[in-house]
Amino acid sequence: MNTNFTLSCPIPISDYPYVLLAHGGGGKLTNQLIAKMFVPLFNNPELEAQHDGAVFRVGGGDRVGLSSSEMGDRKGSPLLAFSTDSYVIHPLFFPGGDIGSMAVHGTVNDLAMCGARPLYLSAGYIIEEGLPMDTLWRIVQSMAQAAKNAHVSIVTGDTKVVDRGKGDGVFINTAGVGIIEHDQRIAPQSVRPGDVLIVNGDIGRHGIAIMAVREGLEFETIIESDSAPVADLVLQLLDARVEIHCMRDLTRGGMASALNEIAEGSQTGIAIEERRVPVRDDVNAACELLGFDPLYVACEGRFVAFVAPQDADRALEIMRRHPLGADAAIIGSVKADGYPGVVMMKSRIGANRIVDMISGEQLPRIC
Amino acid sequence: MKYVDEYRDGDAAQKYARAIAQLTTRPWTIMEICGGQTHSIVKHGIDELLPKEITLVHGPGCPVCVTPVELIDKAVEIAARPEVIFCSFGDMLRVPGTKKDLLSVKAAGGDVRIVYSPMDAVNLARANPARQVVFFAVGFETTAPANAMSVYQAKQLGITNYSVLVSHVLVPPAMAAILSSPLNQVQGFLAAGHVCTVMGYAEYEPLAAKFHVPMVVTGFEPLDILQGITMCIKQLEEGRAEVENQYSRVVQRAGNVAAQKTIAEVFEVCDRKWRGIGEIPQSGWGLREKYAAHDAEKRFDIISGPVEESKECISGLIMQGVKKPDQCPAFGVSCIPERPLGAPMVSSEGACAAYYRYRRQETRSKKQEAGNRKQEAGIQN
Repeated sequence: MNTNFTLSCPIPISDYPYVLLAHGGGGKLTNQLIAKMFVPLFNNPELEAQHDGAVFRVGGGDRVGLSSSEMGDRKGSPLLAFSTDSYVIHPLFFPGGDIGSMAVHGTVNDLAMCGARPLYLSAGYIIEEGLPMDTLWRIVQSMAQAAKNAHVSIVTGDTKVVDRGKGDGVFINTAGVGIIEHDQRIAPQSVRPGDVLIVNGDIGRHGIAIMAVREGLEFETIIESDSAPVADLVLQLLDARVEIHCMRDLTRGGMASALNEIAEGSQTGIAIEERRVPVRDDVNAACELLGFDPLYVACEGRFVAFVAPQDADRALEIMRRHPLGADAAIIGSVKADGYPGVVMMKSRIGANRIVDMISGEQLPRIC
Repeated sequence: MKYVDEYRDGDAAQKYARAIAQLTTRPWTIMEICGGQTHSIVKHGIDELLPKEITLVHGPGCPVCVTPVELIDKAVEIAARPEVIFCSFGDMLRVPGTKKDLLSVKAAGGDVRIVYSPMDAVNLARANPARQVVFFAVGFETTAPANAMSVYQAKQLGITNYSVLVSHVLVPPAMAAILSSPLNQVQGFLAAGHVCTVMGYAEYEPLAAKFHVPMVVTGFEPLDILQGITMCIKQLEEGRAEVENQYSRVVQRAGNVAAQKTIAEVFEVCDRKWRGIGEIPQSGWGLREKYAAHDAEKRFDIISGPVEESKECISGLIMQGVKKPDQCPAFGVSCIPERPLGAPMVSSEGACAAYYRYRRQETRSKKQEAGNRKQEAGIQN
């Protein structure tokens, strides 16, 4: 153990002596932080899978890495998914949601991405001294309602109060446990050439909704966040025995980052088509104005499913029947002849280019 | 989206591509000046639609890229001061100086803020009279009117705690420098649409005549650029060298006269150093003496020496259109967007960054093939 420790000392991130906001942006710097600091030291197979949550069996002593048939067979000890996420959003209330509902949706969605039925959540509140009690009450109410809608129970929690100026109103952490009731192995490693990529709706709305409030941008219509719990939709797909190889929700870093992570994790080449990616006109307009690319803008109720080709049409149909999948679309596929680990996109004018992972946060351009 | 989708239509793009192929009878090298155009060309893959006779080279028109390191160092030093609120356009924050970028200053406790307009910075100054508000006034002619207006307003309103760190650069002197270079390969230009929106295009006419090079004022959407190229090729094939305007829905020959007046009130032409190229005489704007009270360089006593650029980096040649980004040995190896060696890798609009972001794989496989060939050759020997 000692040798391991000296191997990772001194601090392995040499480029920046301080943590930058970009280290939390969901792009390359975040991934570096995780890959260089956390994964090597926490070191275990569940973490190394680098999924949206950990998947393991309780009591049996078995760990992930089991073949799918083994996973399904051992009915005695249930297969669980476990995930956590912290919510530090400003403003606390935004069109289409608030920090309370988002804290439920985010963790519910992470569990859903593991193919699990979300069951129980914890809620940790870090509250800044001076937060109006009424504000807190509205957040807690919203959280309770969101949990009810997503069919999960908030069963444990914690409250801390920090000095004025040491927190941004309120930070919330949620962790969640869900149960996996099928024998599919949903993970980047299961992705195969030929898999069809389906997104459950238009992308980028959450990020732009937040940005519009934060920066005081006004559009003809109010852009509402897409924040929503997608577990029900995912479970419908699984109940219909759609062969899903992988799923990822499009949160920080947007669709581009999610697809890059899966391309990297599965060592496959992904190809998407720009004209098939659904983006609403107002979101597109806001992106044009700010110099953003919608592919990198965060969503909170969107995911991409990698579906076996023979099930793609059926999956699309199921999604479109669900309120959270009405605008679902096939956006591309996994290519046998693609560059491993690379996401390519066919532009509107018919040329191909790489969709890179962003290095930090998107910054508004000069001109 | 209206007024955007029309200019990204795939069928129309293919029609232009065919028209260009029909027009072209021999090799031509065209430079697009503006970084926004470079970004659009690489992002949409416009050059892939062109016949192989046409080479697009990428000009020095990315303000983030050409801002000298010395000035970034000054910005970093000013921004770190406790009394300062340092305001900047977003993409300047990631540009590395000698030791740090502005994002690192922010992380270390500096009050660095992104603004969308310099007028926001003036408002900040008004709201925080006890602080010094500094705006990083960089850019080409495009951003100059608003930057000038902010200084003008601050003076009019008696806002004494507002100053600007200026590094404005001008397109025509840079074009003249490129065309005068013995290494020059550029035969036609796509002039920068938004620069011309402000300045008009009369000042390009003597340049086109003197160097006998066609110049087409061009927009930024795929169809704009394809039409601009078509017009440029047509001129080249016919032996003409005129200034034409593709971007007529936005640009007029005289430009925006009111904006020019504001600029002339606040700024005067000066010599300017360009990152990666060096000093070009009369190629920038600095504050006039009567606005010296709002000059951040004079307000803050900063000592910064000259900075040496990386020896490995060939950005000067890239920005003059002599080389392409993937011809640089450092490209994608020791020079990446997170650790740029030279100017064009710095901003997303820089030619190297655009190639890295959208083209890396092709380059990687080209380099790999070259490596394999060398290896095979080695084995045979």
